[in-house]
Amino acid sequence: MARAVNTQRKAINTAAAWTVALLIFFPILWTILTSFKTEAQAISDPPVFFAFDWTLENYGVVLERSNYSRFLWNSIIIAGGSTILGILIAVPAAWSMAFVPSKRTKDILLWMLSTKMLPAVGVLYPIYLLFIKLGLLDSRTGLVIVLMLMNLPIIVWMLYTYFKEIPGEILEAARMDGASLKEEIVHILTPMAIPGIASTLLLNFILAWNEAFWTLNLTAAKAAPLTAFIASYSSPEGLFYAKLSAASTMAIAPILVLGWFSQKQLVSGLTFGAVK
Amino acid sequence: MNIKVSTLLGACAAAALCTAATAETITIATVNNGDMIRMQGLTADFTEKTGHEVEWVTLEENVLRQRVTQDIAAKGGQFDIMTIGMYETPIWGKQGWLVALDDLPAEYDVDDILPAMRGGLSVDGTLYAAPFYGESSMVMYRTDLMEKAGLEMPEAPTWEFIAEAARKMTDKDGEIYGICLRGKAGWGENMAFLTTVANSFGARWFDEDWKPQFDSPEWNEALTFYLDLMDEAGPPGASTNGFNENLSLFQQGKCGMWIDATVAASFVTNPNDSTVADKVGFALAPDAGKGKRANWLWAWALGIPAGTQKVDAAKEFIQWATSKEYLALVAENEGWANVPPGTRTSLYENPEYQKIPFAKMTLDSINAADPTNPSVQPVPYVGIQFVAIPEFAGIGTMAGQEFSAALAGQQTAEEALEKAQALTADEMEAAGY
Repeated sequence: MARAVNTQRKAINTAAAWTVALLIFFPILWTILTSFKTEAQAISDPPVFFAFDWTLENYGVVLERSNYSRFLWNSIIIAGGSTILGILIAVPAAWSMAFVPSKRTKDILLWMLSTKMLPAVGVLYPIYLLFIKLGLLDSRTGLVIVLMLMNLPIIVWMLYTYFKEIPGEILEAARMDGASLKEEIVHILTPMAIPGIASTLLLNFILAWNEAFWTLNLTAAKAAPLTAFIASYSSPEGLFYAKLSAASTMAIAPILVLGWFSQKQLVSGLTFGAVK
Repeated sequence: MNIKVSTLLGACAAAALCTAATAETITIATVNNGDMIRMQGLTADFTEKTGHEVEWVTLEENVLRQRVTQDIAAKGGQFDIMTIGMYETPIWGKQGWLVALDDLPAEYDVDDILPAMRGGLSVDGTLYAAPFYGESSMVMYRTDLMEKAGLEMPEAPTWEFIAEAARKMTDKDGEIYGICLRGKAGWGENMAFLTTVANSFGARWFDEDWKPQFDSPEWNEALTFYLDLMDEAGPPGASTNGFNENLSLFQQGKCGMWIDATVAASFVTNPNDSTVADKVGFALAPDAGKGKRANWLWAWALGIPAGTQKVDAAKEFIQWATSKEYLALVAENEGWANVPPGTRTSLYENPEYQKIPFAKMTLDSINAADPTNPSVQPVPYVGIQFVAIPEFAGIGTMAGQEFSAALAGQQTAEEALEKAQALTADEMEAAGY
């Protein structure tokens, strides 16, 4: 009897989990489906789900019209560069906050987060003018710096939370064995916090990959990443949903694949220390 | 020696060698419209002729406006050519943000540009952007449904006739709606259309002292007419319909009539996309018997931002893309129906182009539009479906939200007009008018 109840509860839980997952995934699924429709089918009312003439025409048009590989390469450099740079800066910062906290550590953490409270457009014009002066407009270097700065508070916060879970005694033991500060961070702390660092890395890579405010405003032809590639398929006069969906699918495909392969790492990192 | 020099000069005159020596790469910001996409596809012809390379930055229309405004105001220099409209050109030209196109060579034949287009893109007689394609608005209707309703569309209909036809064509159970009109809020969306309706009913945005006129009986009459008509003969959810939504409805055979941009004619008559391609007729935008028709005037034009380092190459591109030769090049590659319309007189004199079913109606609609006298009453501004002042984009969109809410049934015409009047008066006062 008890087993029957358990099985039933498990089935309900599974069904609920699938329902929620499908609901969350639905917009992406719809985008992918639309990318295989004709423009007329894409906006037909009532909408069609699967019973349409599947076509690859939109992908053909998008590939012919845009230099996809250039946008992709820019996305990889910008998202990858800003994330790695952010991690390099954030690991020592989070170490000091987690293991040698001062009276003001909590304030500093909150102050860092407060920079995220200002809408990005509030600093658009100053940054734009700065970029003109520094010659960074439409450059990948400029975007790597800006996106790194945008995501740095989140990276520091996440790493700080993970580092707090690591017993300080282990680091102390390393110190007693004569490890230098650098050795302590590189050889002791970092390997122990790998799941946390990996999930921080992945999450920030995804955030930087999808960032569409700065990447649209600070780029033109040379440094434009996949967000600009998607935006270029919206049209004020003419139907565009199918082609836009194809472009969107192509833009999210790499990150979706990356997420798929690293989901175990991501989940274990995000729930790191959750059960104590 | 002399022979050698003259030979070299001759080669230079033939362009290829000399320009190749100073070849530049120009960056052009544009929108994702059919005509622009075709232009991108034909860029090789320009590069072959001049040696200059072109980098395209295609942006969503609103993002484009924001980006080019930001770049031109901050002198960012990211673009050498910008695709701008008839709204921005006179404002930016006056502010000195654009390079004047006053030294175009004789063979470009600037006098061939349609007078309405040239006027709308000039400040004090100086051209600041060259029209790449132009449009007005007109009535597109289903000939079969019109016949079924026992009516015949006149070439120049009145609003009264349109309303009668719309009601007779409507069959809500069969998902046929007599008329599809814009309802989505925005200065370039529902307000573009509603302002033309208001013009034809004798209303205006401002009087000669820049006082907003939404409290006038003419505006009330125009808005009430629109709301009643849409209520009886419009599609459901019309308050979120813009150009693309109505295009889709018309192509699916759900609209009896659609009053919108002339450029839509080529979409609705294209059998690849439209289920009603062979059943579409055209007529001039309606009037209310007051001497003004409800048709707008718009051009997507190419302008050069002041401050670019590549003015010469940019001018060469504009001359190429807006020339008679370019129109012929598109015709040769894609057929006359796909030539960018509404810019040059010579195109409409071309017997080949005259065979296109919507060519004459497009030209007549453009010619019927007068941006300096948009309404029956005198106005202090230029522009038909917009007011060419920097504040208009904000005011137009806010007023558009009120009218869209009225269409959605959230408020009455009177309430919408009252709010539009109040917010326009506030904005104009703040702007120092």
